[in-house]
Amino acid sequence: MLEILLSILILLGGFFTLVGSLGLFKLPDFYMRLHGPTKASTLGVGAVLVASAIHFSVKTGGISLHEVLVTLFLFITAPVSAHLMAKAALHIKVRQEKRTLNKSDQEE
Amino acid sequence: MLNIAIITSCVMVCTALLLSLYRLLRGPSVPDRILALDTLYINSIALLILLGIFLQSNLYYEAALLIALMGFMGTLALSKYLLRGDIME
Repeated sequence: MLEILLSILILLGGFFTLVGSLGLFKLPDFYMRLHGPTKASTLGVGAVLVASAIHFSVKTGGISLHEVLVTLFLFITAPVSAHLMAKAALHIKVRQEKRTLNKSDQEE
Repeated sequence: MLNIAIITSCVMVCTALLLSLYRLLRGPSVPDRILALDTLYINSIALLILLGIFLQSNLYYEAALLIALMGFMGTLALSKYLLRGDIME
């Protein structure tokens, strides 16, 4: 029973990590690419870390909190770094997909 | 069963690493490369944790935590450099 739960969590984590990087690989411009890794990959790593926490809690018979520390840190820092990267990209005016621009900017 | 799940997941994470490596080498703009580096370190944390479960070892969290800290600092410094032209003012 526990093994099934752990397997599902681990597979889910791997799948979401893959989806995040696929987004980074495939999407057409930077602002779209920003979505994949900063959301999906963080969720995937979170799932793997939760699986690891459950596994080691059961194995050692106590509560294992190291993984929660890493999870918490990643969940706090991912939005911050995404925000900074978006700001930097806006600052140096990275190319944007035409159909995502405002109407007034499209006419220029 | 757990071992099969871990190996499958490792294959997925390694594919993800390769895809972000492509974006790191190819990326048309500098923020793309920063984003690819960010993704690389997050994926490597997942790989380390999977290895830790696979080998039944507690030692890999410290490495994962260190990678998380240093990676965040790196992303912060690179973005700040692009934004201001300087890291410390």
